[in-house]
Amino acid sequence: MTLTIVLLAAAALIGIGLYGALSQQSFVMLMMGLELMLNGALLAVVGFWSQSLGGMPEGQLMAIIVMAVMAVEMAIGFALIVAVYRKRQADMTESIGTLKQ
Amino acid sequence: MIALLALFAVWTGWRVFRVDSMVRASFALMLSFVSVGAIGVLLSAPYIGVATVFMMAVEMMVMAIFMVMFMMNPAGLNPMVMVHQHRLSIAAGVLAFVGLSAAILLSPLPSDPVPEGSDVVAQLGHELLGPSMLVFETAGVTLLATMVGAVILSSRQGWFGAADHGSRPPDLTAGGDPAGRQPGDGGGHGHHHHGGH
Repeated sequence: MTLTIVLLAAAALIGIGLYGALSQQSFVMLMMGLELMLNGALLAVVGFWSQSLGGMPEGQLMAIIVMAVMAVEMAIGFALIVAVYRKRQADMTESIGTLKQ
Repeated sequence: MIALLALFAVWTGWRVFRVDSMVRASFALMLSFVSVGAIGVLLSAPYIGVATVFMMAVEMMVMAIFMVMFMMNPAGLNPMVMVHQHRLSIAAGVLAFVGLSAAILLSPLPSDPVPEGSDVVAQLGHELLGPSMLVFETAGVTLLATMVGAVILSSRQGWFGAADHGSRPPDLTAGGDPAGRQPGDGGGHGHHHHGGH
């Protein structure tokens, strides 16, 4: 029962994050959507480890890897935002439409 | 308790895209992360939970600073809706939630909880510095590469000027105009959104 609740919450977080990542125009809000999806992934990993792996330490390792992915995404994402802003004065996805061509 | 925290995590996650100010959005995201960390603590993963809270508190502070540096309307004085492909996004989000929920509810979930009184933090430490050391070290090197990459990406131009200085995009047709944005015409349409829409 606990596992079901936790996994449903994780699914909701992933759904909201997907909505945000697809719909937001500002780069920073877009990254918040990505972070929210990773948040859901972390919640699912912790829930599965706690309720159905019998305490296998590899489950915790998986959660640590998810956190490392979050840190990498955050650092590189913000560095890219800064680079694009320096180059194009752009902070919205529509401002770099030339990438489409 | 866990259900309440889960509900709070989802609600604050939803608030991220509903508040008028990006700083508020980043704090809503931080609350979502904090409740996920608290769920981790309650689910006998104290190290992961506490580490999540610490990491995300710092990360969201950095994010809030970025908002103030770059973004319009950090204080939320007027309504903020900046979305594109809205219907598609809602459909994708709902579809992801419904699909994952169906998978969760329809599949038999194994039940083998962490044994009472097991020393999970010590086990994690032995795992990190024992059998899974290669994974752990790879993550460390990845983070180092991330730091280098972030510094390079966000630093000012190098000794030899802009990377695309004097470059010319390829033509769309033979002998025709170059495609896309011309180098050197600046940002062009950068700040058109500052009226607040």
